[in-house]
Amino acid sequence: MFKTLVKYIGEFKRDAVLTPVLVVMEVIMEVIIPIIMAVIIDYGLESRSLGKVVLIGLAMIVAAMLALWFGVESGRTASSASSGFAMNLRQEMYEKIQTFSFSNIDKFSTAGLVTRMTTDVMNVQQAFQMSIRICVRAPIMLVSAMVMTFMIHPRFAHIFLVVIVCLGAVLALISSKANPTLRKVFHQYDELNAKVQENVNGIRVVKSFVREDHEIGRFETESEKIRSLFVNAEKLIALNSPVMQFSMYSCILLISWMGAKMIIAGSLTEGQLMSMFTYVINILISLMMVSMTFVMLIMSRASGERISEVLMEEPDLFNVSHAVREVADGSIDFEQVGFAYPSNPGKEVISDLDLHIRPGETIGVLGGTGSAKSSFAALIPRLYDVTRGEVRVGGVPVKDYDMASLRDSVAVVLQKNVLFSGTIRENLRWGKEDATDDEIINVCRLAQADEFIRDFPEGYDTHIERGGTNVSGGQKQRLCIARALLKKPKILILDDSTSAVDTKTDALIRRAFREKIPDTTKIIIAQKISSIQDADRILVFDNGRMKSVGTHEELLESSPIYREIYESQTKEGGDDDSRE
Amino acid sequence: MIVGNKKNMGATLRRLIAYILKEYKWQCLLVALCILVSTVANIGGTLFMRNLIDDYILPFVNQTQPDLYPLFKALLVMAAVYYVGVFCTWAYNYIMIYVSQGMLKKVRDDLFRHMEHLPIRYFDTKSHGDIMSIYTNDTDTLRQVISQSMPQMLSAVITIVGVFVSMLVLSRPLTLITVVMVVCMVFATRNISSKSGHYFVKQQTDVGSLNGYIEEMMEGQKVVKVFCHEKACIQDFKTLNGKLRDSTNNANRYASILMPVLGNLGYVSYAVIAMVGACLSIFGGQMTLGTLASFLQFSRSFNQPISQLSQQLNSIIMAIAGAERIFGLLDEEPEKDGGYVKLVNAHYDEKGNLTEVPDRTGMWAWKHYHKADNTTTYQPMQGDVVFDHVDFGYTEDKEILHDIEIFARPGQKVAFVGATGAGKTTITNLINRFYDVQDGKIRYDGININKIRKDDLRHSLGLVLQDTHLFTGTVMDNIRYGKLDAAEAEVIQAAKLANAHEFIMKLPDGYQTELKGSGNSLSQGQRQLLAIARVAVADPPVLILDEATSSIDTRTEKIVQEGMDRLMKGRTVFVIAHRLSTIKNSDVIMVLDHGRIVERGDHDSLLAKRGMYYQLYTGKLEQE
Repeated sequence: MFKTLVKYIGEFKRDAVLTPVLVVMEVIMEVIIPIIMAVIIDYGLESRSLGKVVLIGLAMIVAAMLALWFGVESGRTASSASSGFAMNLRQEMYEKIQTFSFSNIDKFSTAGLVTRMTTDVMNVQQAFQMSIRICVRAPIMLVSAMVMTFMIHPRFAHIFLVVIVCLGAVLALISSKANPTLRKVFHQYDELNAKVQENVNGIRVVKSFVREDHEIGRFETESEKIRSLFVNAEKLIALNSPVMQFSMYSCILLISWMGAKMIIAGSLTEGQLMSMFTYVINILISLMMVSMTFVMLIMSRASGERISEVLMEEPDLFNVSHAVREVADGSIDFEQVGFAYPSNPGKEVISDLDLHIRPGETIGVLGGTGSAKSSFAALIPRLYDVTRGEVRVGGVPVKDYDMASLRDSVAVVLQKNVLFSGTIRENLRWGKEDATDDEIINVCRLAQADEFIRDFPEGYDTHIERGGTNVSGGQKQRLCIARALLKKPKILILDDSTSAVDTKTDALIRRAFREKIPDTTKIIIAQKISSIQDADRILVFDNGRMKSVGTHEELLESSPIYREIYESQTKEGGDDDSRE
Repeated sequence: MIVGNKKNMGATLRRLIAYILKEYKWQCLLVALCILVSTVANIGGTLFMRNLIDDYILPFVNQTQPDLYPLFKALLVMAAVYYVGVFCTWAYNYIMIYVSQGMLKKVRDDLFRHMEHLPIRYFDTKSHGDIMSIYTNDTDTLRQVISQSMPQMLSAVITIVGVFVSMLVLSRPLTLITVVMVVCMVFATRNISSKSGHYFVKQQTDVGSLNGYIEEMMEGQKVVKVFCHEKACIQDFKTLNGKLRDSTNNANRYASILMPVLGNLGYVSYAVIAMVGACLSIFGGQMTLGTLASFLQFSRSFNQPISQLSQQLNSIIMAIAGAERIFGLLDEEPEKDGGYVKLVNAHYDEKGNLTEVPDRTGMWAWKHYHKADNTTTYQPMQGDVVFDHVDFGYTEDKEILHDIEIFARPGQKVAFVGATGAGKTTITNLINRFYDVQDGKIRYDGININKIRKDDLRHSLGLVLQDTHLFTGTVMDNIRYGKLDAAEAEVIQAAKLANAHEFIMKLPDGYQTELKGSGNSLSQGQRQLLAIARVAVADPPVLILDEATSSIDTRTEKIVQEGMDRLMKGRTVFVIAHRLSTIKNSDVIMVLDHGRIVERGDHDSLLAKRGMYYQLYTGKLEQE
């Protein structure tokens, strides 16, 4: 996983490499400074010469200043490398997500993706910054101290070696035990966040059923789960620093005892013993730092995994190698198509669909809730791949097209449609980036949106709030239709896209389609019969199967389902169906 | 994230500490004690090392039969001191886990508990992402501070005090130099950390805007795909991402140069002390070499805790900013409820008087306590709702509803129609007191709704919204939301009434099917059916249906309508619908325009008027 992530350092490699170098320089200075200190005491003060003391003192100040400069520089490069790394990770993830197919998107929740790109990246960034500074500093300290002890007396070096190996093993054990629990913690975090989100969004429901206490109870169960998991993980991690201290103190005691005997025997000087203590502390502080970064790494590992999950996710729709870039016409053929969502592969939502649509035809699609009308439409621009059979557009299987070219020719107005924050004009230009004002006004006229846009004080420059909350449902739908029309598609799919538009405007939109874009194949999925009854053919879906096909009149004769819907809408409803 | 001024930060920090102490007074005391012991053991170790050579080794050098017993004894004592220190380190780390995790749980629970009781206005005015980030980002900053920074700070302070006292004893002039150097360090710290603080704030804002962008784009990701708009999105993202990188870079840069600056200033101070000390000992003669050596030793151990403190400073600043936002939510005024009229189960006794009974009878009464003459009266709950010259605006300066008058007799169906923004939903917001009226009165069975306890008021009103919110849990749990103690049979009965039973049985696990992510696996229509079943099981006398059937296809709507008609029987119903078929058979239809009722009457009389309703009905006007 670390390998996957590390390659995204990219252009910040220079800083990432420079940091350890600077850290090494800083450490060297820090190793020199204590030697100078010893010199101040041993030579300067004992010789009682002020000149010497000042000279050595100044040398030490210079060394300290150099160390300071190296330190500051390494801090600068470290933060540049780590923040750059984080930026690249976010960018990569975002770009990766852009290549996702609909079923990839279905797999990750919106909230999950946001956390991965913010909190998780922050965690990794911090761990990375720590590792390139501390993980370099500590081993160097360790090695230089080890070398010094070895030079003083190899027996001490053996003690250190044994202690370090034991310590390393214990630390590794702790982290390997803590890691799975920490991963559970992060999973539990998602659950807790979901609970909060649910309540923030559904607060009206909670309050109107007076279920505040009920929700509080459920929330507390979740937060207790986090607490107990986290406590379990941290109990292990909390062993780190006592274990470290235990080793350090044991070393000191052991060295004191052995050292004392050696001094008495004359094989060691007092000064050497004093420096041994300094090295014990140096070595163990280095190990302490390593273990601290270790904890950070464990914590960030879960985050790193969540990031690489996104980065490693393979888009499950591909362009074939010699992709067709031109869609010939708006004909559509379904041959023996079966389809199941990748999330639920066992359950076919569409079965044995055979259908041939001519260019320019207007097709109405009707069916009850969950009858797979939307799934049917999603197969045409290849938002999902069929599980059986084949879908062809313009005579070519959709799998053979370059996806961007296919989707440019097949415009879908989704059922759950979204406008983005920005002006109306900016939103419409999604359909065609370089659209002229004339083109924009033209499609807005077709979608019957021009009039209400002009009524806004700022017209086409009116700002749309996030999620399109400042326009009405009907206006939003018409803007979405206009946006799709701007693509000049060969096939236009409206997935229940005029449900909030009044019947009269709805009829005007369809008339405009008929007159102004006669060659475009139009597929209209609707709940209101009035929206489709003038279509060339109407498909009636029920439970993933196409039950009947025909014109309005034919279906009234032959399809009981159609007749039932028709009657429900005309008799009881009287919903201005036939009033256009 | 807004870092307030220094005074506020201090106050927030004090409040945070008080908050912790209130919960974990004894644990914190124990932790402080453990830290004290472990720090003292550490200082003791340093002192011991100096004495080791002078007292236990040098006297025996060159002796043929050295007496190592005193050394052995001393080492045993030291071992005891050290291991007690180690034990204390472990102990305080261990206790702190419980304290910090317990505190985090408490903070989360308190936040949630408080949030659940905040008025709807809070949720309508605050961005939901912002509220979420209090639970995630802001609470997370506390974890680090409680479990690490606070104990480290305490240990650093103890070390500083101990060392400072020792230094004062050894030499006052040299201590003065140390103090001067410390002032320099504090100055440097303040300078650097105010810079990094500035950028940390900027980083937090940049994270916020990136967050917002990602959230918006992820929600519309399918639209992005359909329009092949990926490249443009990547470009926009790049700009925001670059901004965040800059502020993060600056914040971290200043934060990470703090340690080398302080560490090396410590060395400088060491050198200066050595030079001045040498002067003093050579010319003044009042200082021995040994004293100077020890002093230098101490000046080193003085610097370490200071750089430790400075390292924690940034996480503390971040945590205070987080705590400020947490306290900000906790300080939000909760929903006020001055109501005292209660809703109770009732029945008519033999004499025909309405009396209160403990069990559910299917009959409800308002229990009205009159303070003036200390009597309690009961009044049957019928569902009679009156708006008496009501004015309302979400903000003081913008009135949304003007002089609204509505009379809904028990069992009547009252419908509201009108264009977007005409004020239909606002009216229903007032009935269940999500918002309070500014002028005029709303009476429920003749009682001013301000006098009714909010919980009881809302229990008596069933609300079905256009956007159905389902909760994580089984289908059964979701319907039971209307009445927590409903038996399984009751739930199924309600589902049948709402015509939801059929589709539920087709789900993989029937009523036990788990719904995740607010029921995204169900179609809108199915979710709506569940919402209706949920209200059916609650069995309230008054229903508010806000666009309840708008996202159900007409075929399903017919099914729902049957259930709904059964549900509406004998209840007062307020309906907002854009499908005029839904409201055609209402007793009264109110046509709203710009916050005023412009027409009222039944379907036929309104059609005959050929006014606004007629226009709407013939499809000449667009609704939502």
